[in-house]
Amino acid sequence: MTNNGLLKHRESALALVIVVLILTVAAITPDFLSAKSLLGAFNDTSMLMILAMGQMLVILTRCIDLSVAANLALTGMVVAMINAAMPGVPIPLLIVLAMVMGSVLGAINGFFVWKVGVPAIVVTLGTMSIYRGVVFLLSDGAWVNSHQMSASFIDFPRNTLIGLPVMSWIALVVVAMLFFVTRHLRFGRDFYTAGGNPTAAFYTGINVGQVQFKAFVISGMLAGLCGYLWVSRYAVAYVDVASGFELQVVAACVIGGVSIMGGLGTVLGCVLGALFLGVINNALPVIGVSPFWQMAISGAVIIIAVIANAKAEKAPGRIILRRAVTGVADVNPTATVAAKS
Amino acid sequence: MEHVMTRTIPNTLSTPFKRYFLRWETFLLLVTVLVFFTNTQISPYFLDPWSLSDMTFNFSEKAIIALPMAMLIICREIDLSVASTIALSSVCMGLAAQAGFGIEVIFALSIIVGIGCGLFNGFIVTWFNIPSIVVTIGTMSLFRGITYVILGDTVISDYPPEFAFFGQGYVAWVISFEFTLFMILALVFYVLLHHTNFGRRTYAIGNNPVGALYSGIKVNKHKVVVFALVGAMSGLAAILLTSRLGSTRPGIAFAWELQIVTMVVLGGVSILGGSGTILGVVIAVFLMGLVTFGLGLINVPGIVMNVIIGAMLITVISIPAVLARFRERRRRSV
Repeated sequence: MTNNGLLKHRESALALVIVVLILTVAAITPDFLSAKSLLGAFNDTSMLMILAMGQMLVILTRCIDLSVAANLALTGMVVAMINAAMPGVPIPLLIVLAMVMGSVLGAINGFFVWKVGVPAIVVTLGTMSIYRGVVFLLSDGAWVNSHQMSASFIDFPRNTLIGLPVMSWIALVVVAMLFFVTRHLRFGRDFYTAGGNPTAAFYTGINVGQVQFKAFVISGMLAGLCGYLWVSRYAVAYVDVASGFELQVVAACVIGGVSIMGGLGTVLGCVLGALFLGVINNALPVIGVSPFWQMAISGAVIIIAVIANAKAEKAPGRIILRRAVTGVADVNPTATVAAKS
Repeated sequence: MEHVMTRTIPNTLSTPFKRYFLRWETFLLLVTVLVFFTNTQISPYFLDPWSLSDMTFNFSEKAIIALPMAMLIICREIDLSVASTIALSSVCMGLAAQAGFGIEVIFALSIIVGIGCGLFNGFIVTWFNIPSIVVTIGTMSLFRGITYVILGDTVISDYPPEFAFFGQGYVAWVISFEFTLFMILALVFYVLLHHTNFGRRTYAIGNNPVGALYSGIKVNKHKVVVFALVGAMSGLAAILLTSRLGSTRPGIAFAWELQIVTMVVLGGVSILGGSGTILGVVIAVFLMGLVTFGLGLINVPGIVMNVIIGAMLITVISIPAVLARFRERRRRSV
């Protein structure tokens, strides 16, 4: 939010890196440059992109959501079990159900952050274990396999619509919606204000805790959507679905320039961050690098990206007003002192 | 994580009663005793000395890392790469063992690799002024990734027979080497945090980093040292764990970082920094050990234990927040 020109510059730099990366891979294996392979890479990155959108809103408000992957696994298991038991339930209804359920799981996180005042990292660390464990309790450790799922359940994200799979379309729609919301609606701008300067937001009349709650609900809703998409795409649901994926999601945001200190980051940056990881994941097997390298490379990339971003985030404004209790709006601000300047 | 952090200044000093009985540690101890008693009721095998001894193996390695992690969280940083550091140290030990080096070299190498990982985290965090949660999410993949690059899907188990002592040996009767080491280290860290200048500086940095800097504390240097301590203890935990399992595989100690952070936070260390005690962490270690062991006795699977530990974490952290809320409301209504 500080310097628009700089942000644009950083995003174009990231876009350039992605293009260079694609061209380098193409130089080794020319097949990679085909539309089919690039669209395939995009499609593979769809879920990472969708989850990164929700995570971005949460990080903008100075929180973090480590429970997204567990949320995804739980909603995915529930819709898969419903489908296995009642194949007649229409797919759109299942998707709505997944999103509602994801929102509820997200709202649980948001409730503890907003109303109880527990730090987000502690809440989501806890719910991450809880949601994952509930998948086990529900399924008894059993898998829901592809033969138990109905054909339409599995086919839905694979159907092509004007040349693109439905999965990619869903990602594009989510990205477009978030792009509009975060740029043009007060609802979306509140996330930036609440995280960029909670004190100022408080004095402007924004309920910071409530904004954080909303961010968690949206993050949960998108995790629920991905729960269905994941299970149907891989045609299997089990306890360890998407295990550890939350870190990739956070990484996509961070690479895309979302500041973990809140208030800074754009939808475009996040999409590029996710695509960057997606291209790497898709390119490594193509150029014959052992998949065992993948983890080390994404780790190195995260570190390099945050170092590159760290310089751009310097020079915040001078704080004139004393910090108020922002998460807890009904406490008298004058009775408190800021423990952090 | 940066959070808006505020502190209410009390208008009366707390009474001795409050100081000793309304402390977090007292509450934890009470819960721990309760769980201990419950365990004796649910299983007749629980009170057997050997069974209690087995219990200590389950938590000692994690607990050893929880001690410096408490210091790190007190000075407002966090290290999520500890489990990956264990994996990397373990792989280096494995390579040394394969090359035929003696036990001293294996031991030293693990600690050195651990310190190296800690320094790497510390330098990146302080030089570039990046939140440690992001840096250590990155190094978590990086360190673990390197172990996958080295090992692929193979396993190293060519350790010399005398290496087994660290993770499987007993000092006397049922008292394991691991547990003894943890108790000694707990004492060392207690003195370090509560009775030295180094410890006071840790609190000073956690309460007000800028104030600490202006008071002449070398904040960055201090943080790097604490990161290195966490690394060193991860290296030590790697020795114990590798020796106990007798083998190294790339997935070793997977997801331990969350359990370790849970131990620390449960012990009353504020995730926002600035407060917490080693005593609290030690009690929390026993509490978690007892809960998981008790659940194990009644055949609860590991993943369900995670549900209970996760719920415990949130509940226990919510209690003081909810109480403060009530107190505030009462104060305002008077």
